[in-house]
Amino acid sequence: MTNPPTRYSDHAVEQFVGRLLQLGVLIAAVVVLAGGALLLAQHGSSLAAFSTFRGEPDALRSIGGIVHGVVSFRSEAIVQLGLLLLIATPVARVAFTLVAFILQRDRTYVLITTLVLALLLYGLILGKA
Amino acid sequence: MTAIAFALLVAGGSFCAGLLGALTGLGGGIVVVPMLTLLFHVDLRYAIGASLVSVIATSSGAAAAYVREGYTNVRVGILLEVATTIGALVGAALAGVTPTSFLAILFGLILLFTAIRSIRPMHEHALLTTPDKWSARLRLDSTYPTAAGRQPYSVQNVPAGFGLMFVAGVLSALLGIGSGIVKVLAMDQMMRLPFKVSTTTSNFMIGVTAAASAGVYLHRGYIDPTVAFPVMLGVLAGALLGARILSVANTKLLRQVFTGVVIVMAIEMLYKGFTGGL
Repeated sequence: MTNPPTRYSDHAVEQFVGRLLQLGVLIAAVVVLAGGALLLAQHGSSLAAFSTFRGEPDALRSIGGIVHGVVSFRSEAIVQLGLLLLIATPVARVAFTLVAFILQRDRTYVLITTLVLALLLYGLILGKA
Repeated sequence: MTAIAFALLVAGGSFCAGLLGALTGLGGGIVVVPMLTLLFHVDLRYAIGASLVSVIATSSGAAAAYVREGYTNVRVGILLEVATTIGALVGAALAGVTPTSFLAILFGLILLFTAIRSIRPMHEHALLTTPDKWSARLRLDSTYPTAAGRQPYSVQNVPAGFGLMFVAGVLSALLGIGSGIVKVLAMDQMMRLPFKVSTTTSNFMIGVTAAASAGVYLHRGYIDPTVAFPVMLGVLAGALLGARILSVANTKLLRQVFTGVVIVMAIEMLYKGFTGGL
């Protein structure tokens, strides 16, 4: 029924996961804020027209393209990097939960968590559904 | 409208959505898409992309506190995330081929359902019932903190809850919402978890569910930086302030205000859906 008392108790894992989520959101928000401020400074007076869908250019919708844009200091790419970090935060949370279940030798939940992580990475990296 | 005016107005609206969402416990995500499409005439796909991102921010921010207080049932959350992530990937695939008029009608119905649920008073049900086969096998039964110490509870109807979670995942991806209302329905009503555990575990799962489809939408070009950044920062700031002033706010009045806003948006979305105006 209960888990053997180890250093990696459910409670310890919960504390760590909570911190991880907060940190991820904080870092993402700072990056988005910096990119957004820069974006408005550069393109603030241009027209905002989003009523027709054109789709983002390749440079703003692939991980490689975003990283490339950040290196060349493009404000849109910096915002996208922040959003990418934000999307990655729950994924990192699942990855750490997986590690915790491995340390607890909880085979059933290692399997379940691996499945969730695989589904998330499939969406995030391959971008297919 | 210039980009700077657009950003300021959208950030202001998103701030109100996040604030009201946190204070009423209904989440701000549900009103972000109607706000962007109806008020700012943003294309539905950009609106869904931006809304999903804001949903991840608020759910991860709030989940952190609940997880550490020990309300969240991490095992239940992880198990049901299998269903919500599969649902989210299916929903993201469907989003590309679903007519916008159908999405608008579906959105209107979910808004109406949210309004109905928010008016209905919540009752706590019996917590200890006969053991469930699946719950025993997956060790889902747990305890949660109450004024009188840690209260044990058991989990029921795991397969039915799992099925409804798949639906929650599909809706999350199709409409760019957290689907918290459907998740709580599955855990509180079907699986008989305590209400506080249901809402916090739902919040814990929302980020993962939204991340599954947000990843796909990023690659598909639905996430525009100029639309998403004021939405994300506005909703997050509103939700953080909401969590701070929750104990001093008149939540009953706010709930009525928010329910009114939701009903107006529901009618508008249904109208747009039936007339093909979105």
